[in-house]
Amino acid sequence: MVEKQELSVREKKELVAKEEKTIPGRYYIPYADIYETDDALAVVLEMPAVEKKDLKVALENDVLKVDGQIDFTKYKDLEPVYTEYNVGHYARSFTLSNKVDQEKISANLEDGVLTLTLPKAKHAQPRKIAIG
Amino acid sequence: MAVFTDPFDALINFQQALDTYRTSSWLDAGLSGGGAFPPLNVFRKGDDFIIIAELPGVKKSDLDVQVKGRTVRLAGEGTVGYPEKAALHRRERRAGRFDRAVTMPIEINPDGVKAEYRDGILALFLPRAESDKPKSIRVA
Repeated sequence: MVEKQELSVREKKELVAKEEKTIPGRYYIPYADIYETDDALAVVLEMPAVEKKDLKVALENDVLKVDGQIDFTKYKDLEPVYTEYNVGHYARSFTLSNKVDQEKISANLEDGVLTLTLPKAKHAQPRKIAIG
Repeated sequence: MAVFTDPFDALINFQQALDTYRTSSWLDAGLSGGGAFPPLNVFRKGDDFIIIAELPGVKKSDLDVQVKGRTVRLAGEGTVGYPEKAALHRRERRAGRFDRAVTMPIEINPDGVKAEYRDGILALFLPRAESDKPKSIRVA
């Protein structure tokens, strides 16, 4: 068993995109875990404060794009007095090396963590070869 | 004619405001245990204070919030799981325990404290104790 670790502070990484946004504001890169099972690829992204309605996931030409907007109007009447992190929208994209069945992509957002399950296209799944 | 909108319509303004207070010494005297996980933002709303922390992946049931006097303690554990027989391609998310205590520069009314946890964000509403509120003095 691995010893349980203490969590440490990590500075958020700001997104440096090729295309600039028309509306000023910093974007951050969500931390991601990616794992693959026999029939699907899973992309797990940490996007705290993003609500379901403000999340966009698109897959085009094997590029998976995730964009999550935060609703900062919630901070409207609050006066900052001490801050240790900044807030911003989240964006990240991945070029997929697997063929994915676009129709069957599913997304689940829980406790600020987005889990995208991308089922592999039938022909991309491993095929058992019987040895005669 | 150019139309200028409410400053809160622009995210950049809010981000700059948050940046300004990252160098603030407001809690140097009050808040102890700086630099520990989770990072906190402290806001003021009238007499009361609000602490906000990002805790993505932490379940509500794994969160422990305690308030005593001026001290607020946030403890819990974040878990990251993968199915068995999965090949890991990227592993950036972290799991582990955290325990942080901060001392606020105000006396808190413990009965009025509210904690909300949604979308990986913990918000703690800390009302200032009545006895600690500043009194207006009428100048005679």
